[in-house]
Amino acid sequence: MAARYDLEGQLKKDIDAPVILFENVSKEYQQGTPALKNINIEIRKGEFVFIVGSSGSGKSTLIKLMLKEVKPTSGKIYVAGKQLSRLKRWNVSKYRRKLGVVFQDFRLLPDRTVFENVAFAQRVIETPTRKIQKDTPRMLALVGLSEKMKSYPKELSGGEQQRVALARALVNNPVILLADEPTGNLDPKNSWEIMRLLEEINRRGTTVVVVTHNREIVDEMQKRVITVRNGIIVSDQKGGYAYAKNQYSNI
Amino acid sequence: MPRISTVIYSIKQGIKSLKRNRMFSVASIATMTACLFLFGIFYFLLSNLSHAIKNAETNVGVTVFFEEGISDAQIIAIGEEITLRAEVAYITFVSAEEAWERYKETSLNPEQIASFGEDNPLENSASYEVYLSDVSMQEVLVRYITSLEGVRQVNDSQEVANALNMVNRIVSIMTTIITGILIAVAVFLISTTISTGVSTRKQELSIMKLIGATDFFIKAPFFVEGLLLGMFGAILPLLGLYGIYHKIADFVSEKYASVFGTGMSLLGSAHVFARLIPICFAIGIGIGVLGTWLTLNRQLKKLN
Repeated sequence: MAARYDLEGQLKKDIDAPVILFENVSKEYQQGTPALKNINIEIRKGEFVFIVGSSGSGKSTLIKLMLKEVKPTSGKIYVAGKQLSRLKRWNVSKYRRKLGVVFQDFRLLPDRTVFENVAFAQRVIETPTRKIQKDTPRMLALVGLSEKMKSYPKELSGGEQQRVALARALVNNPVILLADEPTGNLDPKNSWEIMRLLEEINRRGTTVVVVTHNREIVDEMQKRVITVRNGIIVSDQKGGYAYAKNQYSNI
Repeated sequence: MPRISTVIYSIKQGIKSLKRNRMFSVASIATMTACLFLFGIFYFLLSNLSHAIKNAETNVGVTVFFEEGISDAQIIAIGEEITLRAEVAYITFVSAEEAWERYKETSLNPEQIASFGEDNPLENSASYEVYLSDVSMQEVLVRYITSLEGVRQVNDSQEVANALNMVNRIVSIMTTIITGILIAVAVFLISTTISTGVSTRKQELSIMKLIGATDFFIKAPFFVEGLLLGMFGAILPLLGLYGIYHKIADFVSEKYASVFGTGMSLLGSAHVFARLIPICFAIGIGIGVLGTWLTLNRQLKKLN
């Protein structure tokens, strides 16, 4: 992989170290139906990766495994230098601070303003108030919502709400940004705005993993695409959804 | 150590949650108030009863009569032996003349007295009155004194002592049972309040978990909530009890002072409340924290 440079023109360090590594990971839920079968994934620092697949393919389980919301039935998962199965329960919260997460349904707190929603992420990890006062407006400026700091989520459009969610996910400088269907509830225009933001965030050095089934976006952006079908990775290459789908359409 | 801003945040969130689940908060506080109020009433009963028993104990005595023809020296020797016993508080000698005078005063009318003329029918009834420091030792003491040479008869007041102890025990048991039931109800209600709090804040809590909030950060507001419920549940009944105790004390001293003389009065409120206040707070806060603790881990595990 060619050396990459960040905005200041400095060489990104450790560009080749995997920040996410799945080794022979399988996951069976209690009903006994396997959600994932023998998965191997390696994602390097600074990568932008799409995980695609139809609903029920197991792609959301991948996100849940990375967040340590569920445990794998077998195999090992390393994220940001931690082997997740060795992570003690009381260290899970510290681990999760290295990840930023956004969801299809935004998951904002309806009774708090935009500012408070973003500040909440910092409050929760006990950031000093002074730093919160500085970081939160900066992050809201990045997602273009400086004007809406005092608004409540219900006063915003879907795209704006997702941008608040992004600001919240990013305010603590995560190593990895996980986005689970981030454009699922958005129209094409807003979807593209979110994707541009994700690209910008990635350009600044954060590893971005996007779970989606928005074919148009995946095709257009020409990033690495991991295709999951029935719990198996059927394709992992740079290119588009269509490419992956065509090649494995007989599976 | 948590940051001060975190502590403030937890307290604010706890209060907010109390307000949000107003119905359950009020129900919990009301139950706890009822619980501690009843406990307080029984505590009044119990502490005054044991006070009365202590008083009564010092008035419960054993009367020792001597064999006929015993010498004064022998009587003195018996008195000395009794005084040596550890359970004896003090001992007084009642001569035959004194005994007769007392009997005349308390039990006979002038006609009856006149019929005896100069005779003293209680000539052989000089006695010691022995007072105990511990009524429960009465039986042992009576056995000992009976065994002494020169002692004819020992009259005890075991029945009075037994009755007092019995009442004391019944009230204690009732207090324990009733308070126990009420505490269980209060703990249950607080658990319900907290689990309602968890479910109404489900979304917030799962977001908190996802963005790396520590268990302490997530749980602290709920403990604040439980603690506040417990404190309110202790303060309210204490205020009520304080008012009522004064009313009762006034009533008793007015109504019964003339009947029982100065002997009948309740313990001072300072004395009673010096103990009741910390007990109520300990129970209230204990219930609040226990109720929270019992339900919180279970509820939070459900989140993920």
